[in-house]
Amino acid sequence: MADNSDITSGIYKDTLLAGLWRENPVFRLLLGMCPTLAVTAAVKPAFTMGCCVIFVLVCSNIVVSLMRNLLKPHLRILMFTLTIATFVTIADLFLKAFQPAMSEALGPYVPLIIVNCIIICRAEACASKNGLVISIIDAVGMGIGFTMALCILASVREILATGAIFEIQILASQREGGWFVPWVAMSMPVGAFITLGLLLGLINFVTKKR
Amino acid sequence: MDTFNALLLGFISIVLINNLVFTKFLGICPYLGVSGRIDMAFGMGLAVTFVVTLSGTLTWLIDHLLLIGTPLEVTRYVCFILVIAGAVQLVEMYIRKFFPSLYDSFGIFLPLITTNCAILGLCLFINLWEIDSLLDAVVRSFGAGIGFTMAICIMAGIRENLNLADVPKCLKGAPITLITAGLLTLAFMGFAGMIR
Repeated sequence: MADNSDITSGIYKDTLLAGLWRENPVFRLLLGMCPTLAVTAAVKPAFTMGCCVIFVLVCSNIVVSLMRNLLKPHLRILMFTLTIATFVTIADLFLKAFQPAMSEALGPYVPLIIVNCIIICRAEACASKNGLVISIIDAVGMGIGFTMALCILASVREILATGAIFEIQILASQREGGWFVPWVAMSMPVGAFITLGLLLGLINFVTKKR
Repeated sequence: MDTFNALLLGFISIVLINNLVFTKFLGICPYLGVSGRIDMAFGMGLAVTFVVTLSGTLTWLIDHLLLIGTPLEVTRYVCFILVIAGAVQLVEMYIRKFFPSLYDSFGIFLPLITTNCAILGLCLFINLWEIDSLLDAVVRSFGAGIGFTMAICIMAGIRENLNLADVPKCLKGAPITLITAGLLTLAFMGFAGMIR
């Protein structure tokens, strides 16, 4: 019995860690690119977005896992999207009510979580085949991995664009007597594409070497 | 004539200035995934154009006739995604029947149009920009499709040549594509001053 529980906890740990690095949705699977690029001009919206994704991912994985035996193959994707759309609506209304400024800043990218490939991918690849506990752990792992990737990208961009991280000024800009010249392009689409491209290249470089 | 001008401006603005791929980051997944060959990219672009025009129009109608001002407004996202899924199903059946070879080469990407952010994104933007005439909504949806087709074809053309280039090993594949896309957006920023 003891061995058995060891094996299960090993599987749980493995599932959790997979989302964090080995199968990191952004850096490894290249999923969910649209929000990754769009909301990472600063860390704060990126973090909010990550939290929304974690919420939706966990809830939809729970529901999909519970109804996995009732699903008909050809209606599967439709059921997934409807489930996800429901939870996204909840998250969106919640943000509108309690974080109106943030909701305004994120704009249509919160409802766009519906078509975020990560969530459908996890519903299809994990929750529709596994039990409740594994699905939840997988969702938490993937969600944290996604949030982490978003925050890394956002901090690189925010510090280059404004000299701040999480809206706390770190590098004094030239206007305030420092040496740092804000690099405005970083907060624009160009910065998003190129930073992510170079970051992926860096990760490839590091993992190949090992 | 004024209406015509306004429509034309709306069209140009969504094709060049507010291009969904380059400025709104929508539809990146197929943009990176399918754009290896120019003929496939063009076919994909046409399919997306059709779906986006259809669903942009339908969602505008649903939004204005059924949802706005009623408690049903909370179901907006669910309605939108249902309309899009239906439209994609229609296109899929049509292509399978009349262009079987194209259907085979698309593979998984065709049903994935449902989850193409460009389509839901456009429907949401039309709602956000508070476009209040049906014609305007139709023209903008069509323009969004054309803009997507243009972006994906440009990218496919570049990638066909990129295969012959000597790219550093760690940048091969997705990273170099993203960097190329970044440079393309830089070029498209030049259009930003054209209108307004």
